[in-house]
Amino acid sequence: MTTHTAFVLNGEPVATEVRPDTTVLDLLRDHLGRKGTKEGCAEGDCGACTILFRRGGDGGAPMLAANSCIMSVAQIDGGEIVTVEGLAGDGAVLNAVQDEMARNGSSQCGFCTPGIAVALTGLLARNSDPDEDAIHDALAGNLCRCTGYRPIVDAAKAAAARVRIEPAPAVDENLVTSHTDAGGATAHRPRDLRGLLMLRRDHPDAVLLAGGTDLGVPLAGYETSWPETITTNHVAELRRIDAGDDHWTFGAAVTWEEVLDAVAEDYPSFATLIRRLGSTQIRSMGTIGGNIGTASPIGDGPPALIALGATITLVSLEGGERSMLLEDFFIDYRMTELRPDEVIASITVPRARVGETLRTYKISKRYDQDISTVCGAFWLTMDGRTIADIRIAYGGMAATPKRAPHAEAILRSKPLSVENAREAGAALASDFEPLTDWRGSAAYRQRVAASLIERLARDVAGETVEVMAL
Amino acid sequence: MNEHVKSIQRAVVGKGIAHDSAKKHVSGQAVYIDDMPDVPGTLHAALILSPVAKGMLHGVDMSKAAAMDGVVAIVTAGDIPGHNDIAPILSDEPLFAERDLDYIGMPVGAVAAETFEQAVRAAHAVQLDLTEEAPVLDIEEAHARGDHVIAPQRLVAGDVDTALASADRIVEGRLEIGGQDHFYLETQIAYAIPGEDNDMTVHSSTQHPTEVQHHVAHVLGGYANAVDVQVRRMGGGFGGKESQATIIACAAALLARKTGRPVRMRLKRSADMSATGKRHDMVSKWRVGVTDEGRIVGADVEYLARAGNTADLTGPVITRSLTHTDNAYHFPAARVVGHACKTNTVSNTAFRGFGGPQGVITSEAMIDQIAGELEMDPNRVRAINYYGPDTGETTPYGQPVEQNRLVEVTDLVLQSAEWQRRRAEIDEHNATDPVIRRGLAMMPVKFGISFNLPSLNQAGALVHVYQDGSVHLNHGGTEMGQGLFVKVAQVVAEVFQLDIDAVKITATHTGKVPNTSPTAASTGSDLNGMAAYKAAIAIRARMTPVAAQHFEATEDEIVFREGRIHAGNRSISFAELARMSWAARVSLSEAGHYATPKIHWDGKAMKGRPFFYFTYGAAVAEVAIDTLTGENRCLRADILQDCGASLNTAIDLGQIEGAFVQGMGWLTCEELWWDDKGRLRTVGPSTYKIPGSRDVPPEFNVALLESAPNVEETVFRSKAVGEPPLMLAVSVWLALRDAVASCGKPGLSPNLRTPATPEAVLDAIDDIRARSA
Repeated sequence: MTTHTAFVLNGEPVATEVRPDTTVLDLLRDHLGRKGTKEGCAEGDCGACTILFRRGGDGGAPMLAANSCIMSVAQIDGGEIVTVEGLAGDGAVLNAVQDEMARNGSSQCGFCTPGIAVALTGLLARNSDPDEDAIHDALAGNLCRCTGYRPIVDAAKAAAARVRIEPAPAVDENLVTSHTDAGGATAHRPRDLRGLLMLRRDHPDAVLLAGGTDLGVPLAGYETSWPETITTNHVAELRRIDAGDDHWTFGAAVTWEEVLDAVAEDYPSFATLIRRLGSTQIRSMGTIGGNIGTASPIGDGPPALIALGATITLVSLEGGERSMLLEDFFIDYRMTELRPDEVIASITVPRARVGETLRTYKISKRYDQDISTVCGAFWLTMDGRTIADIRIAYGGMAATPKRAPHAEAILRSKPLSVENAREAGAALASDFEPLTDWRGSAAYRQRVAASLIERLARDVAGETVEVMAL
Repeated sequence: MNEHVKSIQRAVVGKGIAHDSAKKHVSGQAVYIDDMPDVPGTLHAALILSPVAKGMLHGVDMSKAAAMDGVVAIVTAGDIPGHNDIAPILSDEPLFAERDLDYIGMPVGAVAAETFEQAVRAAHAVQLDLTEEAPVLDIEEAHARGDHVIAPQRLVAGDVDTALASADRIVEGRLEIGGQDHFYLETQIAYAIPGEDNDMTVHSSTQHPTEVQHHVAHVLGGYANAVDVQVRRMGGGFGGKESQATIIACAAALLARKTGRPVRMRLKRSADMSATGKRHDMVSKWRVGVTDEGRIVGADVEYLARAGNTADLTGPVITRSLTHTDNAYHFPAARVVGHACKTNTVSNTAFRGFGGPQGVITSEAMIDQIAGELEMDPNRVRAINYYGPDTGETTPYGQPVEQNRLVEVTDLVLQSAEWQRRRAEIDEHNATDPVIRRGLAMMPVKFGISFNLPSLNQAGALVHVYQDGSVHLNHGGTEMGQGLFVKVAQVVAEVFQLDIDAVKITATHTGKVPNTSPTAASTGSDLNGMAAYKAAIAIRARMTPVAAQHFEATEDEIVFREGRIHAGNRSISFAELARMSWAARVSLSEAGHYATPKIHWDGKAMKGRPFFYFTYGAAVAEVAIDTLTGENRCLRADILQDCGASLNTAIDLGQIEGAFVQGMGWLTCEELWWDDKGRLRTVGPSTYKIPGSRDVPPEFNVALLESAPNVEETVFRSKAVGEPPLMLAVSVWLALRDAVASCGKPGLSPNLRTPATPEAVLDAIDDIRARSA
């Protein structure tokens, strides 16, 4: 038991005694005097608080952009952080990204600017020759209200052309301590599954914390506090990806960025959806298990995983392992099969086979870093000209991510024609009764969910079906 | 000043000099108010907000909050020693609610604690004893009930009823125009530090330090001379920190007075978006009489604006809507009426364009509808209605349209955008593609520069030259990212012919330059640049005889050039002349003052010459829409903006691009959504979507109109730039209408509300298809 949280900040070791449920942004600004990192929203959406982060124990992994506002100190023990103050390094004033931004008129009010400089540095350290698409992807988690972004994108290109930004070298393996107890709050950091399950049994009220991209929002708003936290992101079994010939098994604490890398070749459409599920900042922290465990009806992972026929494995100390189809895991609004002593161990996803088709479509007000109004995922196999098997799953249409049995029944054994797609779309009225909220009216949701089946038919037939493809 | 301009070779002005803080921005070294080190004893504060849209407040139970860790003070209306009123124009806006709760997010009080977290948690724990009542949330309902915050405004020219009766046809329409949150990245913040004799220093993130000064004095029950307001920079303003900053500054100052300790108050994003005002959403309705050729003979236009719970700046916002309903077009007769509807929602306020955007989009909706119903090319309808010798050259409010550049900017942008070729390609595409439709549109913007209220059109500046030749510059304008400070520094450097780095930019400070106007209405560099210019010119005029005496030359022979003062082939440094001037007991300090000439305005008659001049711009936008889902995207935008003789081309380019993208956000993805209880549910970037980098048109061509010095005597013949390009984004909305129109029969005009979210676009497609059936 220690009262310290120890990590590396801009290359220097730091130990702090703040409560582990303090946000990293508050730690940096209020306790460590690093005022360059800003708070713009406290919900992980504007990117003004962006830092580069490498988890403790992830020695070889790249440093990735992350939102310090929704990250808790519980998550950083043994890890490394680079803030805007540490970007240039070696006593230099500005790195190439910063210098090009200063030259290109990339800042006006300047408040978003440190976060953007950090995010772009993170990009260039991983990808020395990014195309426009990669730059937009790296900026998806950073909002600028002044410039209109053009000079920011130009600065990124100019910096990439000028110099190769070396990834920050990993500091020698830092010790991740098993507990921190400070200021009346405790963080437990189990290193293996058995340790996690024992803690889960012994501390049923503790917050089970994966990436924190959802749970961290009320923390950042000072609407909650976590006297006791169990983090999953050092549990070796949960951090593993087992890639077989016909499936992957993703440990629950595998991040979306890691899932993205794994599935991109098999399922380009799923990869696109993962990029839109959240910015780099979100994907670098948010986990596949957390996305499922939080059981949001508008999470983007579940519809795609359900359509792919994924299974989920739960585990507890007493009950051992059990697996089920992911679609059976969700019971009702924010209710799942997970028992109080259980954790999500892994998600098993079939790999692509010849003759299968997967398409995912996300409808939202903004293309990047938005929450779905409706998310549709479609998996199908053909038997000659007719559909042999099909799974359709939607997010945003019900209290849980859910399949569309009536629509599937209409399409099974029929050609995937526009006419049949429209008939299936009409059948969605029997599958769903969506709600009206700020993302869209019930009528729009119903209407657009149906439209997505027609889009599927046109897409598979080779038409250009999305304005973003233009 | 004419001869001075001619005599000065431009060495600094007109160059694309980077923002003075650019290096500090990118390195995280630029200090915003929340980054300032704590003065010992500093407390942190949070607002207590009303949880109901309408209700009666009976009492505030602070017991639970007061007992929480770190809480030092809680204040409500009863603790105000002065006046509980922070309205910018009228006297209808309490700092803290007394009895009536008027919107969700209305400040009821404030908490100060040792840490910000403690203050926020305690503010949430304060219990309000209240009775909830049924709110009025809809502007048309409020209007029908006669609930308005001020009397209607009417702008009348000619006899519109006769004109409409004589028209070949009447075009009638209605448009729902959405509001917009400023979403400055730095939320509202103030840091109040009490001093001796009840003095109060307030660091405020405000566009209007003088208003903060006056209201802090008013709330504390003292005089303005005891309050010192300073602002070095804001993390964005956009109008949102013009009148709204007083809420935060006054609450912080009140807590500082009560505790005797420095108090920093910052709003969390959700509190900021709940408690502070936004761009007015409006409904506009029109009846326009036209000839069969598309010539407008009269326009009868009405606006219903969501004022919210108080007047705030709604009056002048509506005035600007009324005076921009003509946009580029001559109305032989017009009646334009604006109603300020009172609703139980946050009081709306200034936002870049200040009512102009709602006027311009209404104008363009009318033109587009005329073209649609007459089956004419919309650009033809525009051209035959532009102000000019063939139509008329006087606005409905009586101001002549001078240095008219409408034809020039629209012709140039149509050319550079390759209109004809692309129009044909898009029509061809739309004839065949079953799902994706494209749209193309061009539109001009004429925008009046000056505050409508003549008295605001003045500014002060303070320039000191020190004996080492360095220059201290201060003026009444504030820096919110728009590059005002570097532009004004360029003006001063130009006058002295010094390097820009010789001019020290300093924080706006009510103790240095008093009685300032807000940095608003695009006037920052026009007003403050000219005040600084006059101050610098005066100092130079006093230094010149000193130099003449030194060189034993005439004053005419003295030339300031490249940091030196020349007489023939002899020269001394600027620093040497500064020292000589001091020794000769010549003042090296000057307070410059500038008042915009030529302007006058009769607010009752709605007549006059409110604007010193007009700026002109034009844009062509191309979009694609998905007719299955309503998803849409701007693929290309071409912009040409008249900046006069630009003071700084890099800064002006940034203003144009940023304004256009912000305007696109207003018209497409940024949706304010209230539930039926009156709670705004889009109070953070997870739900309120401003444009991201991928939303910027992939082809984005922006140019400044060349060789176009202002005919009026503005500072170095430049023109204002902050607001006008925002309205060029209306071209994106017009292009969306064009794409939607391709889904219907000819002769129909689309009904596309704003913001044109995917859902709004799909509704418009359904509507036009239904009317075509």
